[in-house]
This record gives sequence, C-alpha cells and structure tokens, in this order.
Amino acid sequence: MNMPDAKKILVRVRVNGVAREAEVEPRTLLVEFLREHLNLTGTHIGCDTTYCGACTVILNGRTVKSCTLFAPMADGGEITTVEGLAKEGKLHPVQEAFAECHGLQCGYCTPGLLLSTMQLLKKYPKPTEAQIRKGIAGNTCRCTGYQNVFKSIRMAAAEMEKR
Amino acid sequence: MYAAPFSYFRAASLQEAVKLLQELGEDARVIAGGQSLIPLMKMRMARPAALIDINFIPGLGDIHNSKGELRFGALVRHADLEHSAAGVTVPILHDCAAGIADVQVRNQGTIGGSLAEADPSGDWGTALLALDTSVVCLGPEGERTVPLEEFIKDAYTTALTHEEIVTEVRVKAPPKGSGGAHLAFKRSAPVYPTASASVQLTLADHNTCKDARIVLGCVGLTAIRAKEAEAGLRGKPLDEKNIRTAVDAARAAADPQSDMRGSADYKRVLVGALVKRAIGIAARRARGESVDAGHEYAGR
Ligand SMILES: Cc1cc2nc3c(=O)[nH]c(=O)nc-3n(C[C@H](O)[C@H](O)[C@H](O)COP(=O)(O)OP(=O)(O)OC[C@H]3O[C@@H](n4cnc5c(N)ncnc54)[C@H](O)[C@@H]3O)c2cc1C
Ligand code: FES
Ligand code: FES
Repeated sequence: MNMPDAKKILVRVRVNGVAREAEVEPRTLLVEFLREHLNLTGTHIGCDTTYCGACTVILNGRTVKSCTLFAPMADGGEITTVEGLAKEGKLHPVQEAFAECHGLQCGYCTPGLLLSTMQLLKKYPKPTEAQIRKGIAGNTCRCTGYQNVFKSIRMAAAEMEKR
Repeated sequence: MYAAPFSYFRAASLQEAVKLLQELGEDARVIAGGQSLIPLMKMRMARPAALIDINFIPGLGDIHNSKGELRFGALVRHADLEHSAAGVTVPILHDCAAGIADVQVRNQGTIGGSLAEADPSGDWGTALLALDTSVVCLGPEGERTVPLEEFIKDAYTTALTHEEIVTEVRVKAPPKGSGGAHLAFKRSAPVYPTASASVQLTLADHNTCKDARIVLGCVGLTAIRAKEAEAGLRGKPLDEKNIRTAVDAARAAADPQSDMRGSADYKRVLVGALVKRAIGIAARRARGESVDAGHEYAGR
C-alpha cells in the first residue's frame, strides 16, 4: 500500500478575473479554498452535504457546489463568486432585483441563489416559470418561501433584457 | 467536513490513468465528477489513499455519433447530455439526464462515474438498460467492451477490475418507430428517486408492439429488467388489457426495500404507476409525438 502523503500542492485559479493561488492539502474543498485560503467569505457553507446550494460558484461557465469539489480539481479554472457580481461599486441587475423584490431575508442562501440565477439567465434570458423552478431547484432557502425569489428572477430577466 | 488525507495525481491520458492505478494499487481510486465519491469521502465512508483525477484528460467528454451508435466519453456530464442532439433524437436519454439531481450536480456528475458507481438508485443504470448499451473498459491488457447487463454485477459492484477504467459508453440508436421514456419520482431535486421506470417500445403499425424493454430502478439491488412484463406486450396490440398485464408483471418483478424514501409496499405501487405512464409516453413518442417527461418532484 502507498501511504497517503498529504503533500501540499499548488492550486492556481482566476477568481473574479484576478489570478490567485495557494498551496493546499489535496483534500481542501473548493469552498474552503475560497473562504480560508483566498479570504473570499461571500461563498457560504450551509449543509456541507451537496444539498442546499449555499456554496454555489461558477467554475468555467457552469455552476457547481463548491463543498463537493476538491480544490485541485479546479486548477487552471475561471471562477466567479458573489464578490465578482458588482462592478465598480454598482450592484449587478440580478442583485438589484433580489434587493428590490425582497428575494432574501437572512441572506444566507443568497450568494448561491444569485449565481444560480446568473447561470439560468445566461441559458434562458426569458425563462418560463418551469425553467425558473428547475433552474434553482438545487438551492434551498429557509426564509422566503421562494415566491419573492421567483419575482426577483423575473425582474432581473426583464431588467437585463432592457440593457 | 474533511475527507481523510490522500495524495492527488492528475492523469494526462487514459494510459497514464491505468498506469497510475497499477502502480498505486488497491487503495487508489479514480475521480470523475466527484458527486458520489466526495460526499462518501467527507463522511469517511470511503478513504482512498490516492485519487487519480481524470478530469484533465482531453477529449474524454466528447459525444460522437458513429454509424447508428452514440458514443459518450466517460466524462460526458449529465448537463452535456441534457443539452445534446443525442437527447433530442433519443428522448429517453434526455429524460434521464435532465432529471438527475439539480443543475449544479448535473454540471459536474458524469455518465462514466454513474455507471462505475452502480448505485441501485442511479438513473443511468436504469435508463440505459432499456437500450442496447455497452461499456468500454480500458486496462493494462487493453480494451474490452462489456454489455451493460454484464457490467453491473450487484449494488455498487461492477465488472471493472481494480486496474480498469471506463472510457466510453456506447448506445445503439433505436430503430425507426421506436420511442422511450424514463420517469422517476423523488421528493425534491437534489436527492435520488424513490422509484423509476424506463420503457422503450418499438411499434410496427402505430399500435402493435414489435419490441419492448421495461426496466425498474430503485426497487432492487440493481436495475431490474421486467422480462415478463416485456413479454406481455411483445407482438401484441398496445391495448388497455395488455398494458394492465404488463404493469402487473412489472410490479411483481420489483423487489423493493423499506427505507427512509418509503415502504416496500409503497414503492411497489409507485413503480407500477411509473411503468404505466412510461408505456403511454413511450408509445406516443414512437408514433412521432413530442412529449415532455422526466423526473417528478414537488415544486417542479
Ligand atoms: C445531491 C445529489 C443528488 C443526486 N441525485 C441523483 C439522481 O437523482 N440520480 C442519479 O442517477 N444520480 C444522482 N446523483 C449522483 C450523481 O449523478 C453522480 O454524479 C454520479 O453518480 C457519479 O458520477 P461522478 O462523475 O460524480 O463520479 P465520482 O463521484 O467521481 O465517482 C464515483 C465512483 O466511480 C468511479 N469512477 C468514476 N469515473 C470512473 C471511470 N471513468 N472509470 C472507472 N471508475 C470511475 C470512482 O472511482 C468512484 O468509485 C446525485 C448526487 C448528489 C450529490
Ligand atoms: S454547502 Fe454545499 S450544497 Fe450545502
Ligand atoms: S434568505 Fe434566509 S435562507 Fe434564504
């Protein structure tokens, strides 16, 4: 048997357009890499069991649950976290819509929901009700009852179409 | 939650992955999407000493259509298939791919990983058994192609030797006049189904059933081909009486266990209902109709 050798390895990524790197144990989860090693604490850990989607980030154009990826698997990747949505101090239309329509209460699930909404609207700029429901089915919110989240997504879609 | 420590290797080619499996021995595991393996490692139900990451192998996520055969590289993600042309021509593949878990898990989980995991509640093992499917395995001695029936041996057990990896999944395109459906029932998106059913029917004259495959998922240690149910339809008109006979036979073929997803009795009734609906949708699709179907869960 080869003894596990938890030798640290270098992981290099681009996060929100900025090159970042850190030497970590291979078992470091992507969410911990972002929070503990890169100090980007906007991405949350909810269930830690691939259910709730609070840890959702965009990796190479696709949403993933960052609690269910080892950091080395993302090496060389392009990552968007919630910190990357606002530009020059101005909220992204998706963030504005969530604020406007009360798409959040405690806000714990929000970073994940915002990124799932980004992914949804990229694929379906004018999503149907069914596409909205399916698009955020991997994100649990304990507060809102989802109705205002749906409203926020519809408003974001309308706003983004105008621009 | 932290997985137990492990050493990490990144394979640049299939050959290198096999070589690493040979060198590192029994305690090394391949990692693809990680959507089954990482949760298990975090709960310390799996503690591989080494992981061989195959995600960086070029071309392993390609889909090819070669002379009536669809070839899916082991790294084809559920989401790739959900949005592929293959899912349009063979709707049962779309039903399956588009319903697994949620967007995030589908973006990451792979067809090769699903079959290698052989979870009794997994969707691919059920849906692909309704088609002519084979699994290409590469090992130190070279490549072999194993029919899916022989590939899945038992719950979480496949025909793969320790030194082999899945490289491709091959599906024979169904003939003209054939239609299929994969239906699954689950409580919410990010969970495995409570029961599922896959049906592929080939019709002769819009109503006579020339061929039928009926497969039940989550109600046994592996997906179950309900062969008596198939015989109840083969060569016969698709009328209410014959469909009822097939559904009864399918229900009898199920061998469910009671667990947190439901009692054995409940699952048996559920799988019968899913078979009945899947037969209806498969027949409509075989006649050329476009029907939206797939996983059912609250809020969908
Ligand atoms: C919240 C959640 C909900 C889910 N719901 C469903 C569902 O509804 N239906 C469903 O079908 N699945 C479901 N899944 C499982 C998901 O589809 C997984 O992606 C899949 O089962 C495993 O694929 P993977 O690529 O992630 O494999 P991994 O987790 O990387 O690997 C799984 C196993 O297969 C081995 N392996 C992987 N690739 C290969 C290969 N090419 N050759 C040899 N061995 C290999 C690994 O060593 C490991 O033992 C769910 C998962 C989660 C986390
Ligand atoms: S913390 Fe990752 S899915 Fe809940
Ligand atoms: S706003 Fe509190 S969990 Fe969603």
